[in-house]
Amino acid sequence: MAERIIEISGLKKSFHGHPVLRGIDLMVASSQLTALIGSSGCGKSTLLRCLNGLEVFDEGRIRVGSLCLEMHHGQARTAHDHRRITHELRGMVGMVFQSFNLFPHMTTFDNIARPPVIVRRVPQELARDEAMRLLEKVGLREKAGHYPDQLSGGQQQRAAIARALAMKPKVLLYDEPTSALDPGLVDEVLEVMKELDGEGITQVVVTHEMRFARDVADKIVFMSDGLVVEEGDPANIFSDPADPRTRQFLRRFL
Amino acid sequence: MSASQPIAGAPAAQDGRMPSGGANPTCRRAPKPCHGIARGILLFLVAGCSFHARAGAQTTPLRWGGDAEGGAPYQFQDPRDPGRIIGFEVEIADAVARILGRPAEFVQNQWDGLVPGLERGNYDMIISGLEITPDRAEVIAFSRPYYITFEQVAVRKGNESIRSLEDCTGKTVGTLKGSLAQRILEARPGIDVRSYDGQVNAYEDLMNGRLDAVLMDHIIALYNVAPQPGLKMVGRPEGRLEYGIGIRKEDTRLLAEVNRALGEMISSGELRSILERWGIWTELCGDYFLDHSPGNQRPVAFEDYLAARQASRSVWDRIRQYASYLPLLGKGAVVTLELSALAMVLAVCLGLLLALTRLHAPAALRLLCGAYIELIRGTPLLIQLFLIFYGLPHAGIRLSPMLAAILGLALNYSAYEAENYRAGIQSIPRTQMEAALALGMTRIQALRYVIVPQAVRLVIPPMTNDFIALLKDSSLVSVITMVELTKSYSQLASIHYDYLGIGLLAAAMYFLIGLPFVRLARQAERYFSPEHRAFLVGGKQRQAGE
Repeated sequence: MAERIIEISGLKKSFHGHPVLRGIDLMVASSQLTALIGSSGCGKSTLLRCLNGLEVFDEGRIRVGSLCLEMHHGQARTAHDHRRITHELRGMVGMVFQSFNLFPHMTTFDNIARPPVIVRRVPQELARDEAMRLLEKVGLREKAGHYPDQLSGGQQQRAAIARALAMKPKVLLYDEPTSALDPGLVDEVLEVMKELDGEGITQVVVTHEMRFARDVADKIVFMSDGLVVEEGDPANIFSDPADPRTRQFLRRFL
Repeated sequence: MSASQPIAGAPAAQDGRMPSGGANPTCRRAPKPCHGIARGILLFLVAGCSFHARAGAQTTPLRWGGDAEGGAPYQFQDPRDPGRIIGFEVEIADAVARILGRPAEFVQNQWDGLVPGLERGNYDMIISGLEITPDRAEVIAFSRPYYITFEQVAVRKGNESIRSLEDCTGKTVGTLKGSLAQRILEARPGIDVRSYDGQVNAYEDLMNGRLDAVLMDHIIALYNVAPQPGLKMVGRPEGRLEYGIGIRKEDTRLLAEVNRALGEMISSGELRSILERWGIWTELCGDYFLDHSPGNQRPVAFEDYLAARQASRSVWDRIRQYASYLPLLGKGAVVTLELSALAMVLAVCLGLLLALTRLHAPAALRLLCGAYIELIRGTPLLIQLFLIFYGLPHAGIRLSPMLAAILGLALNYSAYEAENYRAGIQSIPRTQMEAALALGMTRIQALRYVIVPQAVRLVIPPMTNDFIALLKDSSLVSVITMVELTKSYSQLASIHYDYLGIGLLAAAMYFLIGLPFVRLARQAERYFSPEHRAFLVGGKQRQAGE
């Protein structure tokens, strides 16, 4: 098996005393596409947000590459380093949101070209070339000068993926990337993700697109009620789920 | 920058300072460099230290404070040439300064604030019809009197029911705030006393029937009743009061010199000659100055004044008259504009800082910011201005009027701008911050590149609103000796007895100053709006998908 780029162990998180993650153990292999599935409220999105520090967890350990965050009783084990590690983590882990969250005051091009200049001090020229290349890659070259609100949902999400890629992350997290899209616009986004699979980037996708998960993902992780219930090869999970909860969930989709 | 040099004959009103218009042209000097936006900002950094260099050689100007709005015959703008300050006190000040071998310089100051202004060091002495009272003598020193007068009742012609002060019981009587006349009136039961800031308004109200009588110093009555065919003086002299030159208590040397100069003027007959020219030499003066020789001077200055006021004017003359006010009002307008623009720029910067601190700083700082904003918003601007101008010197911080005015307005409006920004920032979806953080930006980078630029667009309309409000609130700074548009207006109105016409002119100027900014803001808004951007990139292609 390939190198494990993400290791999560004993991860717990509650909101106002209500447990959302109840002890997650999970490995993610490098350069693969992992699909996180499960019914709404099972904790998939929270898990994803913990992975890039948008959510602070209470208990457990997350390792991404060489960076490690460890929490014990809501306190960081490495308190003085926590902020720095979180910041470095975000440099390594990109995120694509359900609602795209492009910056409305910048053109599509600037959305992609400016963050590397701001965050990494990448020279303007390089950032511009890279932005143009990425726009081409997601098929939005001719929309470079448009503002986000002049793009369709699918175009916005593709631009958001390009924006995340411009930061050259090792891992890209997707939080229900197609849930806010009209059905007709879903495929253009999935197509981009499919294309990225196999280019060396590790992708973790929270999704309700079961057909996409089955056809494209290298691995399926099924979560229920704050726990990982079942994980494995898409073919196995979809054809022969071991856990009754997985079976019940999948029956609704297939 | 041409505005920073006083033009001969025109008022250098910007700094509240004018060359006194008497016989001493050498006293003109460039006002302190308070004008021009760049200079204003520079001044901010240097914190108005120009006030400290003082008490140098004897050739430093002898600066005397007065209120030109107080009106004739004390010190007032020449009706024929509003850029010139004339009056019997101007001539006395010039004579005293000449005897002391120093140039005289007039400093305009609101009458109410003359004593604090003296203590603050805005000028060396007060000559402004300041009555010697025990209360005042506790705070400042007075020279020997330079004029003795009494209180006089004035009524409308045809009103036979009031023939003396005794008849005023049950009537409404106007007077000057804080004067001997007010004390006399209040000592008599049954009189409805109305106290005024300026003499002109009281006599106007007597004319238009709001008052039944006016009791004021005889010389004021003389100068206000004589030009008004509808008014007359009645009754006998009431009380007795002495005008003295007010000087800081610790300034004993100046006090002695001024007393010596006054003595010389009395013995040489110069003082009497000045008073006679202004038509205000009375028997009472004769008693006091022990000079009962028959008068030999015609009251030329008084006659001149009456002639200027009674000159009947054609429509063309009136238009010319109004046009002649424009330079003075224009200067005031320039001060108003400079003041407002600088204050607003500062307020906007400070407001943004406050809003960001209040939203994103550690709890203690947040609390502090919140307290500051509430405190500033919850107290009147007028009091804040007084505190900055008259209060801070007690703590050793002495700001020039321009600086104090800008600071006062900026601090006040920063609280409002902070709330505008807070509302703007808070209306940006939280997901924008998350997206920026997820890209690896720090919180400060996220604010700077993502949140604030979006908030600014939302804040432009309320900010424009506040600028217009600030523009008008800037009229309050006249209380700290700034001569801006409103002050210029009230000075002009009080010498020309025309509150309506000049008022309309001043209002129009405020309107015209504000107008370009409203248009500018509308353009900025349009520039930031999505519609404009669509135009930039050639047509909107919203929802261009399948």
